[in-house]
Amino acid sequence: MTHSKHITIDGQTVPFEDGQTIMDAATHAGVYIPHLCHHPDFTPHGSCKLCTVDVNGRQVSSCTFPAADGQQIGNNTDELNAERKRLTQMLFVEGNHFCPSCEKSGNCQLQAVGYHLNMLDNHYPHFFALREVDASHPDVLIDHNRCIFCALCVRASHAEDKDVFGIVGRGINKHLAINSESGKLCDSELSVDDRAAHICPTGAILVKGTAFKVPIGQRKFDHHDIDEVSLGEEHGK
Amino acid sequence: MESFIKHTLEKYEHQATQLLMILRDIQAQYFHIPRQAIDLLVAELNIPKTQILGVIEFYSFLSSEPRGRYDIYISDSITDQMLGSHAMADYLCEKLNTPLGTVRVDGLVSIAYTSCTGLCEQGPAVLVNGYPIGQMTKARIDEIAALIEQQIPVTEWKAELLQVNDNIYKKDLLLSGHIRPGAALWATIEGSKEKILEEIKLSGLRGRGGAGFSTGMKWQFCCEAQETERYVVCNADEGEPGTFKDRILLNSYAHDLLEGMAVAGFIIGAKKGFIYLRGEYLHLYQPLVDIIAERKRDKFLGEHILGFYWEFNVEVRLGLGAYICGEESALIESLEGKMGVPRNRPPFPVTSGYLNKPTIVNNVETFVAAAHIALNGGEWFKQHGTEKSAGTKILSISGDCARPGIYEYPFGTTVRQILADCGAEDVLGIQVGGPSGTFISNQEFDRKIAFEDLATGGSFIIFNNSRDIFAVVQNFTHFFAHESCGFCTPCRVGTSLMKNQFDKICTGHGSSGDVRELQEIAKLIKATSHCGLGQTAAQPILTTLERYPELYNAKLKQISFEPGFDLDGSLAIARLLSGRDDSNAHLAQVEEE
Repeated sequence: MTHSKHITIDGQTVPFEDGQTIMDAATHAGVYIPHLCHHPDFTPHGSCKLCTVDVNGRQVSSCTFPAADGQQIGNNTDELNAERKRLTQMLFVEGNHFCPSCEKSGNCQLQAVGYHLNMLDNHYPHFFALREVDASHPDVLIDHNRCIFCALCVRASHAEDKDVFGIVGRGINKHLAINSESGKLCDSELSVDDRAAHICPTGAILVKGTAFKVPIGQRKFDHHDIDEVSLGEEHGK
Repeated sequence: MESFIKHTLEKYEHQATQLLMILRDIQAQYFHIPRQAIDLLVAELNIPKTQILGVIEFYSFLSSEPRGRYDIYISDSITDQMLGSHAMADYLCEKLNTPLGTVRVDGLVSIAYTSCTGLCEQGPAVLVNGYPIGQMTKARIDEIAALIEQQIPVTEWKAELLQVNDNIYKKDLLLSGHIRPGAALWATIEGSKEKILEEIKLSGLRGRGGAGFSTGMKWQFCCEAQETERYVVCNADEGEPGTFKDRILLNSYAHDLLEGMAVAGFIIGAKKGFIYLRGEYLHLYQPLVDIIAERKRDKFLGEHILGFYWEFNVEVRLGLGAYICGEESALIESLEGKMGVPRNRPPFPVTSGYLNKPTIVNNVETFVAAAHIALNGGEWFKQHGTEKSAGTKILSISGDCARPGIYEYPFGTTVRQILADCGAEDVLGIQVGGPSGTFISNQEFDRKIAFEDLATGGSFIIFNNSRDIFAVVQNFTHFFAHESCGFCTPCRVGTSLMKNQFDKICTGHGSSGDVRELQEIAKLIKATSHCGLGQTAAQPILTTLERYPELYNAKLKQISFEPGFDLDGSLAIARLLSGRDDSNAHLAQVEEE
C-alpha cells in the first residue's frame, strides 16, 4: 500500500490521511506519544499538553494538530520528555495523589505516564487542595482529589446523551461538577454500565466493588510500560 | 422570583446564547444567582446545569453567594496601585465598616479587588454595582459612603461622580475627525465587495488588538468559507491592564466603529454583528444601544441600509469580568453563553466561529481604521506608519507622567518621543503592550512602536525610578494566575506555581537555585500553553529577568537552603494556643553557624 502524504517523527517516515491529527497518524504507525486527556474514541481535547510535540520548530498538541505533508516532528526527545515530566508533576501536586493507598495503582494512566517519563519525585511544592469524595452513588465513587480535568468522563457522558459531568470554574479552582439537582452523583443519571464510569485515566472515578479484584503487582502497568499498553489497546489488541 | 426569571427569559427570547446577559440581570436583581433561579434556567433554556454552574463560577462578576446591595470592586491594576489604591481601599473598608473581601453583616455592602477596570489614567478606580468611579480620594469616599448608607441608587448619584473622561492628548488619522455618518457606507456600496477588500488589503491594516494579523487576509479567508451565514464580531473586551483606548473609541467614536463593522459585514456577507463589551464598561452599554437604534432609524444599520437591499444589525453583549474573553475563540464561546475557554485551532473562527459559522473577530480600533480606509482608500492609509506597520496606533498612556491619557501616533514613533509628549521624567522602564507585552528599560528609548519592534495593543505604562520592579512583576504575575481559564495544565497549575515561586523570592525566602527554577517554570508555561494567555503569562518575569538578573539574585539568601516559608511565623498560632512566648517557643530561620 502506498501513501502519497507523510510526516516524519523523530526521523521515521509516518504516512497519514487527510483529516488525521499527528496523534492519529503516530498511533496508527505504532509511534507512542504520551497523553492523558486523549482517547481515540472521543473528540480531541488538547488540555493535558503531555502530547506536546515539536513541529518545524514550534510546539503544538499532537492530539489536536492536523498532520500536514512534510512536517518534521520531534517527539521522543530529551527536551520534550523533560517538559512532559514537569507537566505530569504539575498534575501530581495540583491534586492529592497517594499512589500507595490508591485502589487504581497499577491501572492508573497518570501513574504509568510518571513511570514512563522516569518521574522520581513531585518536584513542585504541593497545593494540598481541599477536595471532596462523593460516595453517594450505589455503584460509582468520585474522589475529586485525583481529578486531572481531562474531561474524558464529560465527553463520554455527552456521547451517551446524558451529560452527567461538566468541568466548571476558572483557573486553579476548576473542578468536576455533576449534573443533578443536589450536585451528588446518586441523583444523576449515571449508571454503572455507562462508558463514562469506566473512562477515567486516574482513580477519580471508580466502580465500587472492583478495587482489589486484581491484586496489586498483577495489574496492567505493573508489568508493561504505558507506551506498549496504549498502542496495543488503540490497535484493538 | 419565578415571574422575574420568566420576564428576563422573555427579554432575551429564551436564547441559551444569551446566558451571560440573563445571569447579569439576575445577579443585579438578587445580588447573587439563587439556586432556584438555576433550576428554572435549566428547565427553560434546556441546557445542562453544569453549563450554568460553570458560567457562574467562571466570571468574576457573578456569584452563587449573596453580594452586598452595593457591590464594590476596587481596580487592582498596577496603575491604580501607583495612584494609591491600597491606602484608598483601606479607608473605604474602614469608612463602610466592611473588611476587604467580605459582605457587611447587614448585606448592604461588599468590597473586593478586581482586575484592571480600564480607568488607568484616572485612577484609583472602583466599580459600584458595575458603574465606574475614578479619581478616588478620601473626600470622594466620604461622599460615596454617605450615599450608600442613605441607600440612594447608583444611577441617581450625581453625574460628576460617575463622569468618565476621554483625556485625549494627541490626535492623528483616526481621532482627528469623525466620519460623516454614512460616508464610508456610501463609498462601500458604490464600489464592489472585491474592490473594498482590495483597499483593505492594500492599506496593510493589521489587527490592533496586538497580534497584528492582516485584516484584509482575515476577511478574505472568511469570504472564502463555504457556509454563507457569517458573523462580524467586535472585540471590545479591552482587558489588558493599562489599556483604555477602546473606552474612548466606544464613548466618542462609536459611529465610526459601527460604520466599520457594517463595511466588514458588506465584504464578508454577514447580516449580523456583535459588540462584545467588557463588563467593566457597563456605563457604555446603554449609549451604544441608543446609537445603534439611532443608526437603524437613519438607515445606517438595519434591513435596508442606505435604502438598498443591504442588511446588517449589531447587538451589544456584555462580558462579566474575564480577561481571557479577549482571546477571540474564548470570546466566541462567551457569546454563545459558555465559559470563556479558548478553542482548539484549527479550525479558525474565519471558517468556524460563532455557532460554528464563519466569523471575523476584530478589535474596536481595527474597525474604526477600516471605516476610514473604505472612505479614503488603502493608499492614503499606507502613507502613514512604517513599511510593515501601516497607519497609526492609539496608545493608552498611564503611570508616572504628567499627562496620562490617549495619544495617537504613526507607527514607527520612538519611545523617547512619546515620553517627551506625555511629560515623563526620571523613567526606570516602561511596560509596553501590558503584562503580556514587554518591559523595556531606560536604555531602550530609541525603540519604536511597530509590529516589527515593540508591538502593543495600546497599553503603555510608565514607571519612574521610585518604583519597585518586583511590585510591578508581582502584580502582573498574580493577575495571570487569577485570569487563567484553567483549561490546560501548564497555565492552570503553572501560573499558580510561578506566582508562589515569585512570591517566595520576593519575600526573601529564596535561596540559590530558586531563580533558575522560576525561569524554568516560566519557559515551560510559555512553550506549552494552549493560548495566548499562557504563552505570555511569563513575560513580566522573563523580560525583567533578562534585563535585571542582578536584582533577582540580590533577593536570594546567600545560603544553600532556605525554607520556602517563614518558619518562626508558622508557629504563631501554636504560641497563641499554648500561651507561650519564651525563647524556646521560637525557631531560628537558619541554624546558627
